[in-house]
Amino acid sequence: MYLFIVPGLAYFVIFAYVPLAGNVVAFQNYSPFLGFEHSPWVGIHNFTAMFNDPEFVTALKNTVIISLLQIVFAFPAPIALALLLNSLLSDRIKRVVQSIVYLPHFIGWVIVVSIWQEVLGGTGPINELSKRLGLGSVNVMTNPSTFKILITAQVIWKEVGWSTIIFFAAISTISADLYEAAAIDGARTWRRMWHVTLPGISSVIALLLILRLGSVLTVGFEQILLQQNAVGTGAAEVLDTFVYYRGVIGGDWGLSAAAGLFKGVIGTILVVAANRFAKRLGTGGLF
Amino acid sequence: MAATYLPHGSDQLAEGARRRRATRPPWMERASIPTRAVKFIVIAAIVVVMLYPFISVIATSFASVEAANAGGLFPTSFSLVGYRSIFSGGVVEHALLVSVGITVVGTSLSVAFTVLLAYGLTRTRDVPGSKVVLYMVLATMLFGAGIIPNYLLVKSLGLINSYWALILPVLVNAFNLVVVRNFFMEIPREMFESARIDGASELQILRRIVVPLSKAVIAVIALFYAVGYWNDFFNALLYLNDSGKWPIQLVLNQYVLQGTPLSQIQNPNQPPPPAQTVQMAVVVLATAPILVVYPFAQRYFTKGVLTGAIKG
Repeated sequence: MYLFIVPGLAYFVIFAYVPLAGNVVAFQNYSPFLGFEHSPWVGIHNFTAMFNDPEFVTALKNTVIISLLQIVFAFPAPIALALLLNSLLSDRIKRVVQSIVYLPHFIGWVIVVSIWQEVLGGTGPINELSKRLGLGSVNVMTNPSTFKILITAQVIWKEVGWSTIIFFAAISTISADLYEAAAIDGARTWRRMWHVTLPGISSVIALLLILRLGSVLTVGFEQILLQQNAVGTGAAEVLDTFVYYRGVIGGDWGLSAAAGLFKGVIGTILVVAANRFAKRLGTGGLF
Repeated sequence: MAATYLPHGSDQLAEGARRRRATRPPWMERASIPTRAVKFIVIAAIVVVMLYPFISVIATSFASVEAANAGGLFPTSFSLVGYRSIFSGGVVEHALLVSVGITVVGTSLSVAFTVLLAYGLTRTRDVPGSKVVLYMVLATMLFGAGIIPNYLLVKSLGLINSYWALILPVLVNAFNLVVVRNFFMEIPREMFESARIDGASELQILRRIVVPLSKAVIAVIALFYAVGYWNDFFNALLYLNDSGKWPIQLVLNQYVLQGTPLSQIQNPNQPPPPAQTVQMAVVVLATAPILVVYPFAQRYFTKGVLTGAIKG
């Protein structure tokens, strides 16, 4: 049996646990030439420098704003879609619509952004149409002031369908007796949705919402990195892009590792706390 | 919230749906005409928003020079000029081959490692220490070391500019492992016990009994891994400095999003094809494998995510 475990265990040790130890860089003035052992230790200097860095503060602020936008708009979208599809009587139409809305989930961000660029960019048909209608030129792909809304819309477009799956699963566990009883009591479609379906999936909604709140420092990294050049760092700098540009590109290893460690520790604490909270609410928790 | 994984469940579900429709319960009455109209409009709008971008990209990729310049919601002519210029160059072809190679090798290794480890962790009660390993694996879902430590690790292993850097760091996914292990746990223990009494080794049990019974779930995780490898952008950006080694997603980013022309794909004897047509042809080629596999895989994807999500 150990022969089966060892290769996989080796993977997790080397690529998940060894890098954890690599976070010591955050407490060093790390230089690749000196390595971990000989780089000078600087205590928490990288962390104090980080909080005094206006770019980091911008990144943190942008990350939280984008996350909140997504919690307000992207989180409820699949619930609404699941309720709408669930209300369809024809299974065939339901299945066709499902296959269409799941599709973008499997497309990588490079392609998704390219597609959006094609449709909404300066040479795209939407801009063309707007010019013809005399509304002037619009290019949301390069507009910094609407960037956060744009990426929220992209997240909804890509994930709304796929995210309905969990809600469909929850809806399917609701007993038909409840609908029957409600119908006998004279509740029509809307009231049944409000008093039977929504309460039936409320614990799943609460659980997912809490876990989403726990990952508030994580926003679509590839998605934002790909579009940062088009709108500039003022609107599009988030924690992950800050770490990437400062560290891997800029060579400021200590400071960027500190920013990454900050994000990782806060993120883990929030997820664990969120899970505790979910359990206390009686929704079970995930772990 | 208990759910069981049904390899043949779709037939039963379809059967159930048919029966339900025949005798529709009283609480599933048809909605009023205005409600139905509103629903229809909303759903049609969603379908258009989801599908139009794909159609527009495909149409542009086949546009001729004049049609692309004319603009409009749909280009109206058909031409292969975009694709021809891509395949006369070689950069995109090479990048597609690289992506196929990484996807095939990566997926095979990932599936093998995941299945072996999942089987190894099915008997946490009899195998001392394996429970600890299971918790170690589950814990990785809660934290990530971060970009910098991962980069420094890959660098110290000497994997910069190596294709292994795109495979080894993401070899086993804890979520996929849980999906497979959950499935293995559902197989009746008696099947293993009798095989063991007959003198079969664990490897024989895995190959002859477990894997044949688990084809559906293995297909699911293989598809998840394959989509991951095909779409991977950031690891390639991070670890492949040599642009001659780039997979398709990096070439796509460079050429379509950052607007850097690929000089090699222009034939000096002809007027250059419109950049947009060529760009969208690259997008279509990068999306094609997913669009081809998707209709077959969709059913399994949905089941896989449910098995993992509900029990995980």
